[in-house]
Amino acid sequence: MADNNRNSQLHGKPVSRTLGEALAERGVSRRSFLKFASYTASILALPPTAATAIAEGLATARRQSVIWLSFQECTGCTESITRASSPSIEDLIFDFISLDYHHTLQNAAGDAAEHARMQAMEENKGEYLVVVDGSIPAGNNGYSTIAGMSNVEMFEETAEHAKAVIAVGTCAAFGGIPAARPNPTGAVPVSELTDKPVINISGCPPIPEAMTGTIAYLLSFAGIPELDHLGRPQAFFGEAIHDRCYRRPFYEKGMFAKSFDDQGARQGWCLYEVGCKGPVTYNACATLKWNQGVSFPIQSGHGCLGCSEPGFWDFGGFYKPLATGKDDTLKYAAGAAVAGAAIGAASAVSVRSKRKKLLEANAAPQAIKEEAE
Amino acid sequence: MELLEFARGPALMFSITVFIAGVLFRIFSLLFMWRTKDTSAAHPGQKPEIMAALSDILRRMWPLATYRQRSLFQWINGYVFHIGLFIVVFFLLPHILFINDLTGLSWGHLPNNLVYAISIVTLISLIAALIMRASNPPQRLISTFDDYFSWLVTFLPVLSGIVATMHIGARYETLLALHILSVCLLLIYIPFGKLMHFFLVFITRGQTGAHIAHRRRTTVLKGE
Ligand code: SF4
Repeated sequence: MADNNRNSQLHGKPVSRTLGEALAERGVSRRSFLKFASYTASILALPPTAATAIAEGLATARRQSVIWLSFQECTGCTESITRASSPSIEDLIFDFISLDYHHTLQNAAGDAAEHARMQAMEENKGEYLVVVDGSIPAGNNGYSTIAGMSNVEMFEETAEHAKAVIAVGTCAAFGGIPAARPNPTGAVPVSELTDKPVINISGCPPIPEAMTGTIAYLLSFAGIPELDHLGRPQAFFGEAIHDRCYRRPFYEKGMFAKSFDDQGARQGWCLYEVGCKGPVTYNACATLKWNQGVSFPIQSGHGCLGCSEPGFWDFGGFYKPLATGKDDTLKYAAGAAVAGAAIGAASAVSVRSKRKKLLEANAAPQAIKEEAE
Repeated sequence: MELLEFARGPALMFSITVFIAGVLFRIFSLLFMWRTKDTSAAHPGQKPEIMAALSDILRRMWPLATYRQRSLFQWINGYVFHIGLFIVVFFLLPHILFINDLTGLSWGHLPNNLVYAISIVTLISLIAALIMRASNPPQRLISTFDDYFSWLVTFLPVLSGIVATMHIGARYETLLALHILSVCLLLIYIPFGKLMHFFLVFITRGQTGAHIAHRRRTTVLKGE
């Protein structure tokens, strides 16, 4: 049922009714609508009173046209956003937006698909949202093309008349894995290619509620939520995993798992020593969790990889503790040791020989002799 | 994150390289240094050089009676921050992991909370040391830039470490990066200033002890 609904929306027919009207027609009760609004308020860390504002905002909003562009990506972000479809919160989201273009979810293919994109852009000029997953290869346009168009071209064309851009996933937000060293495709985050407002929802993949919650916020308040210095919504990225981690007391007590199957690991001790990046990772995994709040990586026994942070792939090894340097810290150490010792010895010896010569030249008293050592 | 990347990467690599080269430079230039032979007659019954050196190292662990009253607090304070620094540097788990990653060596750690407490005592003790130095005219007179700078580069890692642990003022990764950078500064400065006593303290003390014993100064010192 829900799928049929979604599919019918993927043909890109802008709807002029308000969302309130559309939902009433579909038999969504006001009660479940309010429930949705208060859930949205809570995941956005807004006060309960904001639920009414969200409900009102959403009821009077028009369905939002969304064009979803996928570039150098793995479709994990789409997997994530679709997997969280129960308990129907995402169904509601799919009712609120008109997903006019999305490679994985749209019915149309080939020319028809591209036509849908152009049509949505024309009919909603200045009003549509562009969601991007995947980084964009700026090094060589040939690295990734869609319908004969380079990713750079397609993004720039689509973003030109967009209201705002949402960069979904770490690749779109910060370059992610494609941009990891040596970055063969010259991958860049979307923010480098547009001057439109960009909201980054990072994560590999992002938490579904972070994506849907942000879209709900945009619809309800017709504005951009408060962002952190990396352009991510504060509501989801305001706190470090470490600060909300249930293993934190073990960290403070100095009780650390030393491997993944030792006694400490079985007792649920802190995973810092096996490489957890929770202290420098900002995301809502420890609070919202995954799969409708079932668990998150640390709860499943694996340290945080730091996937929502820029450059996480190059951060020096997932299993290397955060406190250690990079692998090449001692690259020049042996050379430095030899050079230091040699220069030290050589300078002392040269001073000795200069002094000796000086003494001989001045017929220094015999009493002062160099002590050969 | 970028700052942390820089700190953990190039900054650390550079400072460790300078540190190793600098320390070995100092030690080797000292070992091969020209030494003038002392041709004066040794004090009759003088201890062998090595014994004189060892006994002076021990004796200088505690002030002479003459000065004890006046300088006892300073002495104790000196011990407090030296021992504090030792515990904080070598017994906090993240530090051990850092050393282990570089050298493969590892040993037991203390609970983080205990080390935090010790680091605060160390911080206060370091501030007290600076105040005492600056408020005592003769000490101020003999203090050089090296003294104050050595204090600063020791103080900064302690301060930034505490601030990073407590997450005060900025995000953890920024604070951690600043902590690592302050350690880089310390590493770079150690070989070139008075902090080199980290390696030389017992060598120089022993040398002084042997020298003084030979010159018969022991009798004066024994009058404590
Ligand atoms: S498991 Fe990771 S996030 Fe949790 S307390 Fe330990 S270091 Fe912090």
